[in-house]
Amino acid sequence: MESTKPLIIAAMFVELGHFALILAFAVAMVQATVPLVGAQRGWRAWMAVAEPAATAQFLLILAAFAALTHAFVGSDFSLRLVTLNSHTDKPLLYKFSGVWGNHEGSMLLWVLILSLFGACAAWFGKGLPTALRARALAVQSAIAVAFIGFILFTSNPFLRLELPPLNGQDLNPLLQDPGLALHPPFLYLGYVGLSMTFSLAVAALIEGRVSAAWGRWVRPWALAAWMFLTIGIALGSWWAYYELGWGGFWFWDPVENASFMPWLIATALLHSAIVVEKREALKSWTVLLAILAFGFSLIGTFIVRSGVLTSVHAFASDPTRGVFILAILGVFTGGALALYAARAGTMEATGVFSTVSRESAVVLNNVLLSVACFVVFIGTVWPLVAEMLFDRKLSVGAPYFNAAFTPFMVALAMVLPIGAILPWKRARLGRSIRRLWGIAALALAVGALAWTVQTGRAALGPVGLALGVWLVFGALAELLVRAGRGSPGSRARRLAMLPRADWGKALAHAGLGVALLGIAGLMAWEVEDIRAVRLGESYGVGGYTITLNDVRSVPGPNYRAVQADLSVTRNGRTLARLRPEKRVYPVAGMPTTEAAIDSGSFRDVYVVIGDAQIGGGWAIRTHVKPFANWIWTGAAIMALGGGLSLTDRRHRVAGGARGASSGAVGTT
Amino acid sequence: MMGLRKRRRVQVVAIAAVALALATGLIGYAMRDGINFFRSPTQVIDGPPPPDEIFRLGGLVEEGSLARGQGGAVTFSVTDGGASVGVSFTGVLPDLFGEGQGMIAIGSLVDGTFRATEILARHDETYMPREVLDALKEQGVYRDPEG
Repeated sequence: MESTKPLIIAAMFVELGHFALILAFAVAMVQATVPLVGAQRGWRAWMAVAEPAATAQFLLILAAFAALTHAFVGSDFSLRLVTLNSHTDKPLLYKFSGVWGNHEGSMLLWVLILSLFGACAAWFGKGLPTALRARALAVQSAIAVAFIGFILFTSNPFLRLELPPLNGQDLNPLLQDPGLALHPPFLYLGYVGLSMTFSLAVAALIEGRVSAAWGRWVRPWALAAWMFLTIGIALGSWWAYYELGWGGFWFWDPVENASFMPWLIATALLHSAIVVEKREALKSWTVLLAILAFGFSLIGTFIVRSGVLTSVHAFASDPTRGVFILAILGVFTGGALALYAARAGTMEATGVFSTVSRESAVVLNNVLLSVACFVVFIGTVWPLVAEMLFDRKLSVGAPYFNAAFTPFMVALAMVLPIGAILPWKRARLGRSIRRLWGIAALALAVGALAWTVQTGRAALGPVGLALGVWLVFGALAELLVRAGRGSPGSRARRLAMLPRADWGKALAHAGLGVALLGIAGLMAWEVEDIRAVRLGESYGVGGYTITLNDVRSVPGPNYRAVQADLSVTRNGRTLARLRPEKRVYPVAGMPTTEAAIDSGSFRDVYVVIGDAQIGGGWAIRTHVKPFANWIWTGAAIMALGGGLSLTDRRHRVAGGARGASSGAVGTT
Repeated sequence: MMGLRKRRRVQVVAIAAVALALATGLIGYAMRDGINFFRSPTQVIDGPPPPDEIFRLGGLVEEGSLARGQGGAVTFSVTDGGASVGVSFTGVLPDLFGEGQGMIAIGSLVDGTFRATEILARHDETYMPREVLDALKEQGVYRDPEG
């Protein structure tokens, strides 16, 4: 038959992909051992294996990933995974995202990114000492061995079906969304990016030496991972906001906490690595943070993939796989911590600092972030502990996190602008803080104004507003201080000459302020309304008048929908037409809710349509959400700050050809 | 006299200890409001919790029990095979809610009826909340869909 030829070619691709993954497993085993032995014995030829091995490992996993993608895009239903998670009617973008919209494929993406970071360290890490680089790449590869083994032995994406069906069972329709198509890759770039700081930390521990240069090498990796993690978390939160139809942006769910804990530790690491680089202090603490950050990434992977914790985000999962990941977690985190216990004492700090100094501020930042992470961790694993120790089934809800987590974030936001403006080594608090008095007064005034306007509601809104103003203007003040004195022209020139890392820092801190303001504003001043509405009926919510004009059936590419048509008016002026939908995806046999949102700079009007009512009309839920978009805008500004910092020439010099441009270092 | 480096280390440890103590205190305080126990219908019938306790009730929505009232109000029964509890809820039900389906509701027991403030959604048509699964297994009514 003429049609069998493409089938045979497609089958070949899949087999080649499977073979490439097995080969990558073998290459990773070589890379995990040979360079390590070479570094211990001082054999240069053995150490030199690391670099080509890292490239080969990456290319092989890329080939495996490409083969799987080819199978998804070409709808090759002889593959079990494609049958379970795809369908010929699905739009092309979601055929792509279907590759990682399931357990097996997402683990393949995980190792792809892991090997990408290893390869990047091999390609751009020429400035690192040969032995340290060989050891770091070996550790990185050991992680790859564990996870490729996990894929091959428990979650093989290349399993075949004996009798391929004519069509697939579709992808979960909730995942058919551009926000979620991009969410896992970014989240993994962050999660897995922390593997590189872990590998560098373990390599330094094996060597028994942490220098200022080590801090300089760790920083770009921590920064990149942090930036991607920020984007990934924000995308996930944004997706939950508009796609799940509950109108929330964060649920303190185990799966969300799983990504938030590494973020908190990565943020701490980002700051303490600067102290190692600039001041040769906090060395052993920074190494510990690097280990913990990746440890929390592994814990996160365990929570998401094992399903031991009940999560509203849970997808069907398999506890037996959890045991495998738990073993990986135990070996790597436990091993690294044991090594740390043995070697940490040898890392003597050389830099000293006064009680009032930027170093002390970073210590405070680290303590607050770590303790906040501890609070989140306890809340996340408590259901598991309670079940094992007391045999009680329970869940820890948002009230716990709001009460125990928020105070540390408020404290952090309060000290942040002061810490950021303090000079290194020794500072005079009164002198530095003088420049911030005006901003503190402004923040308090804004908070007080909000307090009087809102009359008798929770303090959360005004406090959040004041902190947001304090952070944003504090970041501006810091830039102005850096611009120095003199004519406006010379100040502008000096500002333009500031290193990008300084701009990045100010931007990231201001972004945090914007996000805090959004979170507090939304939580404090949201208005919610649920009611049954008949056709043509109008109702008022939070100052807006909403009219239900029509409810009709509309067909979609791979779903059917019931769509409502509502108009939003204020003072007689029509602001928007909203069309929320209830969709049914026949292949997956699953309904979804599509909220309709009128996005504004200062508020969102958010409408969801529910079931038809017995007495006529439709159940309709309406929210007015103040400052909703500020949350994700703030996160985007933070990530932008991280990105700007990453392009600073000092990082490029550290990561790239250090010898060639060492003359330029002195000028920055 | 202690060297500056040692003094700094002692100070850092002291700050960390204070923060940790503070966190532990806050955790203990926040746990009082933040924890919701899970109960199956059998457990609710055997020992009804006081009306001021907010807990999670989980099980299957009983076939033929779902009734819609005015203004988005719904009533239905939740069963684990051994016992069933009536639930009232006002609002928009999650997408995957239906008779014979597993669900978890958060609320309190008032006059023998569970007043739900929130009904949890799932993201996946094959997923069953773990607590519900265990409760069904305990009553011997759970059938493994694959076996």
